[in-house]
Amino acid sequence: MGVRVVVVGAGVVGASVARVLSRYEGLEVHLIDTNPDVGWGVSKANTGIVHGGYDDDPDRFPLRAELCALGNEIWHRWVEELDIPHAWSGALVVALEGDQRGELESLLERGRRNGVPELRIVEREEALALEPNLTPDVEAALWAPTVGQIHPVRATVAIVENAVDNGVRVHLETEIRGVKVKGGEVRGLETSRGFLEADIVVNAAGLRADELADMAGVEFPRIRPRRGEYWIFDRSAGPKPRRVLFPTPTLTSKGVVVTTEVSGHLMIGPNAEDLPPDAKDDVGNTAKGLEEVWERARELWPRLPSRRLVIRTFAGLRPEPEGGDFVIGTTEVWGFVNAAGTRSPGLTAAPAIALRVRDALVELGIELREKSRWKATRRDIESTIDLSWRERASRAREDPFRGRVVCRCNLVTEREVLEAIERMRAVGVRTPSLDSVKFRTGATSGTCQGSFCRVRLVEILAREFGVPLWGVTLKGRGSEVGVGDVKVLLRGRA
Amino acid sequence: MTGRGKVRRLTCIVCPLGCEIEVRLDRGPGGDVRVLEVRGATCPRGREWAAQEVTDPRRVVITVVPVRGGDPPTVSVKTDRPIPKSRIPEFMRALAGLEVEAPVRVGQVLAKDVLDLANVVATRESRSMGRSFGERP
Amino acid sequence: MGTRVEGRRDVVVVGGGPAGMAAAARAAELGLDVLMVDEGERLGGILPQCIHPGFGVHYLREELTGPEFAQRLASRVEDAGVDVLLEAHVPEVRWISHAEKGVRVLSPGFSGEVRAGAVIYAAGARERHRFEIGILGDRVAGVYTAGEAQTMMDVYGILPGRRVLVVGSGDVGMIVARRFALEGAEVVGVVEIMPYPGGLTRNVVQCLEDFDIPLLLSHRVVSVRGRGRVEKAVLMRVDEGLRDIPGTETEVECDTVVVSAGLVPRVEVLRELGALIDPATGGPVVNDRLETTVPGVFAAGNALVINDLVDHAAEQGEQAAEGAAEFLRRGGIPATDWVRLRPGEGVKLTVPQLLSGERDVWIYLRVNRPVRNARLSLRGAGREVRLPVVRPAEMVRVKLMAGEVRRAKVGGREVVAEVYRG
Repeated sequence: MGVRVVVVGAGVVGASVARVLSRYEGLEVHLIDTNPDVGWGVSKANTGIVHGGYDDDPDRFPLRAELCALGNEIWHRWVEELDIPHAWSGALVVALEGDQRGELESLLERGRRNGVPELRIVEREEALALEPNLTPDVEAALWAPTVGQIHPVRATVAIVENAVDNGVRVHLETEIRGVKVKGGEVRGLETSRGFLEADIVVNAAGLRADELADMAGVEFPRIRPRRGEYWIFDRSAGPKPRRVLFPTPTLTSKGVVVTTEVSGHLMIGPNAEDLPPDAKDDVGNTAKGLEEVWERARELWPRLPSRRLVIRTFAGLRPEPEGGDFVIGTTEVWGFVNAAGTRSPGLTAAPAIALRVRDALVELGIELREKSRWKATRRDIESTIDLSWRERASRAREDPFRGRVVCRCNLVTEREVLEAIERMRAVGVRTPSLDSVKFRTGATSGTCQGSFCRVRLVEILAREFGVPLWGVTLKGRGSEVGVGDVKVLLRGRA
Repeated sequence: MTGRGKVRRLTCIVCPLGCEIEVRLDRGPGGDVRVLEVRGATCPRGREWAAQEVTDPRRVVITVVPVRGGDPPTVSVKTDRPIPKSRIPEFMRALAGLEVEAPVRVGQVLAKDVLDLANVVATRESRSMGRSFGERP
Repeated sequence: MGTRVEGRRDVVVVGGGPAGMAAAARAAELGLDVLMVDEGERLGGILPQCIHPGFGVHYLREELTGPEFAQRLASRVEDAGVDVLLEAHVPEVRWISHAEKGVRVLSPGFSGEVRAGAVIYAAGARERHRFEIGILGDRVAGVYTAGEAQTMMDVYGILPGRRVLVVGSGDVGMIVARRFALEGAEVVGVVEIMPYPGGLTRNVVQCLEDFDIPLLLSHRVVSVRGRGRVEKAVLMRVDEGLRDIPGTETEVECDTVVVSAGLVPRVEVLRELGALIDPATGGPVVNDRLETTVPGVFAAGNALVINDLVDHAAEQGEQAAEGAAEFLRRGGIPATDWVRLRPGEGVKLTVPQLLSGERDVWIYLRVNRPVRNARLSLRGAGREVRLPVVRPAEMVRVKLMAGEVRRAKVGGREVVAEVYRG
């Protein structure tokens, strides 16, 4: 008889926990999320930066400090194993004035304490040689070569695919209604799809981790949503930095970043706006927030492209726990294990958090034995845009679906869409959505923002899922692309 | 404008000039609308249009009709003559249940004498799908 | 389809919309060996989704719907013996030499490089979307561009929504508003940032007034709100400088927002190839043969300049075909002594940008504000034209005689288009 572990929250943290636990004999691992797909909560909208580990004060935030540096190290391995699109571009933390320089020194010092390798301070000339379009007001910068970038949703998808390959079961669109605790021990979860027995519940519920803890009667700091807004420019818009550029950080935030995303777009953001505790879904953009981002970004990167070259703005929420540090490990209820409070650097720390959860299981007396057969690797969908012309043409000659370009801006072919759909199914996606395809292939996220290809994707999704065209959604139930066939209203009144 | 009758003001649509036209009209003994005077139009075509527009406005109706087994799954259609503007909603409702079989060719009459007003004619083709819906091409 | 793709072609036409079809047909009629490639599953570009009438009045002397116009041109393409490759994407055109280009094609039927003596680029335009016109708020279902909404309704037979707000009162915006109203949806309004409607009076009358659709001038949509789907839009009034007037926010309940905010020429392939782009048109700089600054590569239709009439797009296609024929015949378009045509007072853009003076030329220009009793001056060419009314929505087209262009050769080597009142 095995131990049943239910991980609540299929974001990057929950996914990492599931993957790490999938390695052990005798654990039956389930991954639950309310969303129609994995990685759609906090993981969806952030900078995608794998931080170095120099930001977090080990005295005040020991978990953040330790797990960020460790997480960075693990990501270097995971991106290879799981074929996650990434760029180890390194970062410059830019100091503009004398007193900011002092801040750089303390970052350097902190980084060394946290075990971050290869950090050093570069002077103005070197900083400008590295990034010629950087503000001439730069005085010095901290150079952190281990900083990198990933696409956070694609990373989450990759991790879950690998976890599923290793036996993890995923339950999407499943709402948690209660945690059953008896005699001080977790027994299971009441869900919208019925009762799910559990010996261990891992709380990776992101913005709602406090609510889940409440259900279990576990003390947990309140989580406030902190909104960040972003601008993304067209791929043709530049100049673009080669490295991630940070301002010198403040207490609340690492500041507005200027970076070239993995997909090659210039991106700026986020600001940090604390929202009321009940605004955990408010991912709308505001003029005020975006203006703030623009002004901050210009301080680092005076040659921002014209606003006419903006193709997208978006906002994301980070879970900001009272107290400021991650909340990880066993609790007063046996079997209820936290992997939460994952504000920044949550994405970076995720794999390290997963190891902590594993250790918590050991602490609870669960014997963990590695499987003799565990698959460490997973392959990504081959993107046509990443291939050379020769490869593109030869693939298309072998496979007509590789020759049918659906998304023109990002050169996504029908083959990639079909593969995405197959993989959506493999992780348990039941509602066809455009976002599921977008996050796996990049379709609809280019210059035209889907005005050409959205309908084509709808056609393919409807065909593959056997639903009417208007039943395909943007991002799950309630976001259907249409209200019916073109005559639906007239017939109703006939 | 002075004199008997009612005045209606229109913006002319005959050419890009967009003249502001005033039409004075009254009702004849049989209740029919009669045009007494048209002012403001700078050309005869505009005068003619305005008179027609106030007495009996008509439009060609353009819509689509679903095609069973068709690629694409609709055809665009038009009425073969203008119909009275006031009857457009009724006309549209009368077409709401119409569905045709693929293939459809351009010029094909898909419905005859709808409400005794006009025929509905395809303006686009729809081929028979070589496959049933749900199958990959 | 028995289409031959492989081998070297005299002309490869990229794009099978009105400009591309006219170009391909004309080039083949001139005796050239032509391949036309198009991304769509059927020919016509955006015409098949434009089911309303009003096409072809000038070019075919007959008023047709979009699909009918496409059908006519498609028949001509077939009769002329053009080889057609559909569902074919051209990610790149490669420079090989002055006399040879490599057109890279990805398609289910053929993928590879086709060599061409001349290329006519007629890949059309894309629509500006919500993020480009500053509509903030939530990312929700129910926000579509006008062309996308047309395709959903009139090609795929999907009704996008029940309560619709249209952003932009150009002809396309108003025509889409009417389509929704006809199918029983409620169109809560058409929002226009300018103080005057963007499209033809005819469309204000027949699309909006006929259906009692309110037109909100000097307004813009600042955000859309909703969870899964649009629930409301927030509007603001703008002043003469198009700046938001604080305190004028109003909320409009709707489930669909259709953005009809204009088109942008698709020029990525041309830009990669090194063609100079005119910031005023967004399309390539061309000479009076519609040849771009890359010898042997021609442009026509909305990829060249955004047209409001399909007739002009088709006409440009024919001109480009004639240019390509001359290029092939003479081994190039002789490049001597170009006269520059540029926009001046009251004019937003002019095409073509370079005039030779060797031939009469149709010039296209767009004004930047409506003017009644307008005087168009082509300074440098000594030409004045009186126009009863000019509006930004309607391209002005004037034929300039070779002799008039040559006059500019003695002067400043440029012709400046200016529009004045009176």
